[in-house]
Amino acid sequence: MKLHEYQAKELLARFGVPVPKGRVARTPEEAEAITRELGGSSVIKAQAHTGARGKAGGVKVAKTPEEAKAHAQAILGMQLVTHQTGPAGLPVSAVLVEELVDIDREIYLSVAIDNTPGMPVIIASAQGGMDIEEVAATSPDAIHKQHVDPACGFQPFQGRDLAFKIGLGGDLLGPATKLIGDLVKAFEASDGAIAEINPVVVTKDGRLLAADAKFSTDDNADYRQKALTEQRDRSQEDDRELDAHDHGIQNYVALDGDIGCLVNGAGLAMATMDGIKFAGGEPANFLDIGTANNPEAIAAALRLIGSDPNVKAVLVNIFGGLARTDVIAEGVILAKRQGMISQPTVVRLSGTNVDIGNKILDDATDVELIRADGFADGARKAVAASRGEK
Amino acid sequence: MAVLMNKDSRVVIQGFGGAGQREAKTSIAYGTQVVAGVTPGRGGQTIEGVPIYNTVEEAVTAHQANVSLIFVPAPFAADAILEAERAGVPLIICITEGIPTLDMVKVKRVLKNSKSRLIGPNCPGVISVAERSRAGIMPVDVYLEGSVGVISRSGTLVYEAVDQLTRLGIGQSGSLGVGGDPIIGTTQREALELFEADPDTAAIVLIGEIGGTAEQEAAEYIKTMKKPVVAFIGGATAPPGRRMGHAGAIISGAAGTASAKQQALREAGATVVENPGDIGSTMQRVLKEKGLA
Repeated sequence: MKLHEYQAKELLARFGVPVPKGRVARTPEEAEAITRELGGSSVIKAQAHTGARGKAGGVKVAKTPEEAKAHAQAILGMQLVTHQTGPAGLPVSAVLVEELVDIDREIYLSVAIDNTPGMPVIIASAQGGMDIEEVAATSPDAIHKQHVDPACGFQPFQGRDLAFKIGLGGDLLGPATKLIGDLVKAFEASDGAIAEINPVVVTKDGRLLAADAKFSTDDNADYRQKALTEQRDRSQEDDRELDAHDHGIQNYVALDGDIGCLVNGAGLAMATMDGIKFAGGEPANFLDIGTANNPEAIAAALRLIGSDPNVKAVLVNIFGGLARTDVIAEGVILAKRQGMISQPTVVRLSGTNVDIGNKILDDATDVELIRADGFADGARKAVAASRGEK
Repeated sequence: MAVLMNKDSRVVIQGFGGAGQREAKTSIAYGTQVVAGVTPGRGGQTIEGVPIYNTVEEAVTAHQANVSLIFVPAPFAADAILEAERAGVPLIICITEGIPTLDMVKVKRVLKNSKSRLIGPNCPGVISVAERSRAGIMPVDVYLEGSVGVISRSGTLVYEAVDQLTRLGIGQSGSLGVGGDPIIGTTQREALELFEADPDTAAIVLIGEIGGTAEQEAAEYIKTMKKPVVAFIGGATAPPGRRMGHAGAIISGAAGTASAKQQALREAGATVVENPGDIGSTMQRVLKEKGLA
């Protein structure tokens, strides 16, 4: 789950990370009042799950409380469109109103999971305020790392090592080491996936401040992070994906093509998309039924796929292991009989209980289905069906 | 795949609920020794003919179990893996999907200095076809005895690849699903090492996915291998930055893309399949070319 900047900063501040003074506002009047509290000037930042907000008009500097009100008026309610959001953009229903700070330097700092050693890794660079992947590509020597060994946890020497390497020696050494340690603490306590402060600013009066913050958490740990999951902003997510989630389908991603896919297993679901492309078609979605092991859940997933106006044909591609093909077959028949899905539907079943599954499909003589034998056949028939061919 | 599991493998199942019982039945019918189940508080019972114990240690002591198969729900699965490790089980296979990543950070650290090998989590398990030894959830009907080993991050793609091979009359020595999570016990590279050392295996299908760099690490090893490798990377058409079910499959940076992985595998000497429908037929061609068919 992704947090908004203001939520991420509240979280980091609880663990001791210094953040600029300020608060979230949901009306222009609130933004005006907060700016007055801050001494009359502020920066107004659109709260949406995307980077590059400044370029899209989502970040404005206000020299007076009245100006803050006007900026907030303009930003609140806008659809923020950046290269990360797609053409529809994301709605903005809150702004973060913060003190203006005099910046001396910008630093990059983040914590993420490094899969290969299987440990959190702290990444630091003196080149803050830039896209870190670009820095990694153009000047890899500017990126410094320290792994956090779970046997002993973060150690101050690691913070000092990074601080010296990114030019935070002298009076800043202590605060920098503490900030890095506090960021790791916040990451670990919150089941972080990525915690990024880009930039940490060094102010002209010699303080460190987290000027921006991105924080996303591990969805697998939602059950033990209730306080964070309550902050989830559903307006930032795709409606179809939320609908899927509400029906117990965890793994649904909406795409732009016209062939809907219902598959078991993430790997086969990805390969099904690839197979459709090879057959000359475009997938409308990625959908892994996961552990949804009852006909009603399968029918609900098909209804969701069928409700996408772009979808011209549906491919059900199942290789049963834990998932049972007879349960899937019942779900398909249920969805068809109840009119939950009107598009031509190609069904390929293999694996667990396939004889029972195929018999259920055979016996439902009132239901029109296109049957496929094997993976490539299924992809081919789905592409043909999407073009109105038989 | 007798290097990992053979006729003498004795399986204990941790989490003997619905899925555990169903898979125990399938494995026993297949010919595998499922010697015990572990469900805390159910010790002393017998379920489906399998004696149940409160702890892994008790099950190991009573039955000399040397493989543990874990179906314990995600919030408790890391604990179950560590219990098996402490009980000295040499091969631990974790099927459970959805374990928090930071739990796996601890598990991985403990396993680093351990004699136990972990496979998974979020994997379909291991099967040795000639030995009729199965610890996992794979459908057994699609397998045919032979000499191709199958390694995959995805469970269902193991079945898909095996099915394509079997339909062409090409049998398998076994399969090993390494698991779809970002942090796993046995990597693709280590799985390749096991099959390279396996006397029953003549050639290998490797099925990777977008995200991470595990396929590049596998490619480094492929350069030194004697056995031919046919490789497929799932998710070539996935949009960047989106999580495609497997948490490990977010494309992060250029190394995570399908094309970067395909290129690394090609340069290492593997035969790369682009269309997932062609895995079986490509292996058929490679076996002929190498005089292994």
